[in-house]
Amino acid sequence: MRQPEVTVMKLAFKILLALVVLAVAGAAVLWWLRPSALPEPGRASTAPKDATTEVINRGEYLARAGDCVACHTEPTGKPFAGGRAMPTPFGALFVPNITPDDETGIGRWTPDDFYRMMHTGVSKDGTLLYPAMPFASYTKVTRADSDAIFAYLMSVTPVRQQNRPHELKFPFNNRELLIGWRTLYFKEGEFIPDPKQNAEWNRGAYLVQGLGHCAMCHTAINALGGSSESKAFEGGMIPNQNWYAPSLTSNREAGLGNWEIQEIADLLQVGVSHRGTTYGPMAEVVYNSLQYLSDEDVKAMAVYLRALPQRDSEPPPTSQARLVSPSVMETGRKIYSTQCAMCHGEEGKGHPPSFPPLAGNQSITMASPVNSIRMVLNGGYAPGTRKNPRPHGMPPFSHILDDEEAAAVVTYIRVAWDNSGTPVDASQISELRKLLPE
Amino acid sequence: MKPRCLRWRTISACATIAGGCASLPVLAQSEAIPSFREVDSMEARVQGCVTCHGQSGQGTSNGYFPRIAGKPAGYLYNQLVAFRDGTRHYAPMNYLVAYLPDAYLKEIAQHFASQRPPFAPADPMKADLETMRRGGALVAGGDAGKGIPACVACHGVALTGMEPGIPGLVGLRPTYVVAQLTRWRVGERHAAEPDCMKRVATRLSDADMNAVAAFLSQQAAPTDPSPEPANVVRMPLACGSQK
Repeated sequence: MRQPEVTVMKLAFKILLALVVLAVAGAAVLWWLRPSALPEPGRASTAPKDATTEVINRGEYLARAGDCVACHTEPTGKPFAGGRAMPTPFGALFVPNITPDDETGIGRWTPDDFYRMMHTGVSKDGTLLYPAMPFASYTKVTRADSDAIFAYLMSVTPVRQQNRPHELKFPFNNRELLIGWRTLYFKEGEFIPDPKQNAEWNRGAYLVQGLGHCAMCHTAINALGGSSESKAFEGGMIPNQNWYAPSLTSNREAGLGNWEIQEIADLLQVGVSHRGTTYGPMAEVVYNSLQYLSDEDVKAMAVYLRALPQRDSEPPPTSQARLVSPSVMETGRKIYSTQCAMCHGEEGKGHPPSFPPLAGNQSITMASPVNSIRMVLNGGYAPGTRKNPRPHGMPPFSHILDDEEAAAVVTYIRVAWDNSGTPVDASQISELRKLLPE
Repeated sequence: MKPRCLRWRTISACATIAGGCASLPVLAQSEAIPSFREVDSMEARVQGCVTCHGQSGQGTSNGYFPRIAGKPAGYLYNQLVAFRDGTRHYAPMNYLVAYLPDAYLKEIAQHFASQRPPFAPADPMKADLETMRRGGALVAGGDAGKGIPACVACHGVALTGMEPGIPGLVGLRPTYVVAQLTRWRVGERHAAEPDCMKRVATRLSDADMNAVAAFLSQQAAPTDPSPEPANVVRMPLACGSQK
């Protein structure tokens, strides 16, 4: 396509190849370790032979917290019957059937099998799971919670639907590579409460690190599909979705250090808040999962998230307006005044929570302009939730603004009102436009 | 506000549409710019729709985006659900409504179904007389030899649609009509089974589609834009969306 991209692709391919060779070597060395890579089931099942209504209800709630349905159900398919294609940089994965059908689902699994899968990422038949299944997070789930989720899954309608084989590119179609991946990136172990923190913080940490599997998006993924614990919650591009998952540990991104607890809880559970609104993949999480959590659990998550250590090493940047040429600024201001000010206000204060503020909004000013550009091009609706069933929405402007105009207005909102974002140029709009729904 | 309306794409539109700026509805441009009176209102909530469909669903100067005002609420609701669930494919719509619950989609559908904005004047006629004659014949009488019923048999004698699930066809531009008929024929667009529109679309040739679309685009605004009540006439084909 374009020359620079080809070069980058070649370089990326070389790096990838080198990493793959390393991983294969690692896999070979670790081959003899394989028996221990298939751990024995953990502590004995606490589930009674027949799960009670209380356990099944709790399992349903926990399955919501883990957002199992979002991946394991096709948009118009039967719940948990799988089949949904999950595009990854390594090819397409097809999510399996987890209804209790004996032949095609998990009907013949035991609570031990299920716990081993959740805790270690190893399926009933010993197959190593691809880390698209967030077992690196689910490993933190307690045995009792795993048993409850299993009891709930056993109680749903069984659906006979064969799993579709994955369509992964070589060499990723070789599951033995996963032994290497697991050695590098997977740390097995249930959540251990921190005695220095209170019960609420610990509950929040358990939900965020475990079932919530927030790290799947909010910790950057490298070329091998791994993420490093030292970079936990520091943000990154979500592969194949072309959204940026902001850092939760930087007050310049989605760091919540200076948010009120209620504002964080609203964002998570309601989908809108007085500080910002969820769109895209985060709206999906709110819609399918977080809106169903109890006020107490959401508040616990908010307490934990707000307490995450902030890793900003430099002082907060000042307004970058001086970097923008007056003519671009004026173009941006005019477009803003015509198209945006009605909802977001001439001063960028919005009408929160219906229309989010743009002044001082970290998701507008953060280093990556991807989400701001996307919103201007495609618009978006906040998720319709139990506490906000009739959300307000923003229209697309991709057909109204050309690349220069879109760049000018995105630049304007990133630098106006003392916002500390950096300017964007037309090529960034054009690059993203090619990847987005039109 | 008004001078602004002449900026943006209006300028390029002027260059391409015969007749020049004089006939171009400047109003239609300002109708595509976000505007509302109360934040807590449906009017404010549907601002996500206005840059393509206009403030009252009357459509915009962009030929691909359809007028949705006054179409039956059942039809609009079916489309919103289909966009949300991915059974009707149009990426910008699929994205916008992905996380909206049924009850709200129904309310949005009812909102636009109840709108009665004026119709934009028809674009200048581009089709030749033979095409218009063929289009008129198909719309009013169908083609018995090819098993094609008249459009008016289901979409209403005034082409304003029929409750609860059949859309009005007046005010739709040729680009949109041809695109939808083509998608139906190739199986990209569906309706509830039995899918009567699929049976019709597969019997229409490309020339027929162009003729129907050209003729529809030249129809005068109806005196009463409301859809016909449900099933006062027997429809020539069984349609799942009328159940």
